[in-house]
Amino acid sequence: MRLQDKISNGPAAKKVAYIGILSALAIIMGYLEAIIPFNIGLPGIKLGICNIVILVALYRLGLSEAFIVSIIRVVVIALLFGNAMSILYSAAGAVLSLLIMWFLKKSNRFGIIGVSGAGGTVHGMAQVAIAYLMTNAFPIMWYMPILMIAGLVTGIVIGAASYIIMTRIPKLQEI
Amino acid sequence: MKLFKKADIAIIGVVIALTATLIVLYLGGFRNVLAQNLTISVDGKIYGIYPLDEDMEIKIGDSNICTIKDGKVSMTYADCPDQSCIHSMSISRAGESIVCLPNKVVLKITGQSGDGEGVDAVAR
Repeated sequence: MRLQDKISNGPAAKKVAYIGILSALAIIMGYLEAIIPFNIGLPGIKLGICNIVILVALYRLGLSEAFIVSIIRVVVIALLFGNAMSILYSAAGAVLSLLIMWFLKKSNRFGIIGVSGAGGTVHGMAQVAIAYLMTNAFPIMWYMPILMIAGLVTGIVIGAASYIIMTRIPKLQEI
Repeated sequence: MKLFKKADIAIIGVVIALTATLIVLYLGGFRNVLAQNLTISVDGKIYGIYPLDEDMEIKIGDSNICTIKDGKVSMTYADCPDQSCIHSMSISRAGESIVCLPNKVVLKITGQSGDGEGVDAVAR
């Protein structure tokens, strides 16, 4: 087998291709969310549909692949729609929630609803923690419970959506 | 991969319990952040600042004695003839004051950082 074939047919190439596809998908999801705001009157709360992609990557590829997709998503979305500050918020939330989701998934005791719900909660906690570190204004901590509950609810919704997507697209199960 | 396992209920329960704990903690902690002080001034100069959460009796020179009890401040002794400060209502909220005009003593409730507190920071 020629080296070229080895690379283009090997598992590494497949992985890179999937990471690329999922990253693009996550960015598109972020774009969708930016142009169609899911607004319930409280700042900082959004559905976080990009996390469907992250969950798929975590369940189908693994932690490191999901991490790469997540970082690419955070950086590109921040550059496109956010600012220097928003990158800090979303990076902290993305990394921490991914780690907790990976940990819970690895324990094999939780369903995708629990995993995703916990991820959403941690995402909210991380954002308030960053906001507090940036501003040092204690009253901001009042926002912690709000974002935690919001993260739990959206996380459960996202988890259910990811489950449906993964079962309806059989190819996705073969990754 | 499963959509839902029984253990997921535990996650939801933990998050809700954590949220409730935080709310209770903040309710307790916030009172301290917004704790108020008694500022005593004599003849326009600040004589002393005292926290309201400790019961105590403060002698102000030789002329007056004021008492902090249950977060409320009242004048308990004044050597002046009219005694109007002793008869005035006890004070506990920021901005309220008791004045003993003959001795130029002013008791005033102030916030910890002096003026009104609020959320000024906006996070995006």
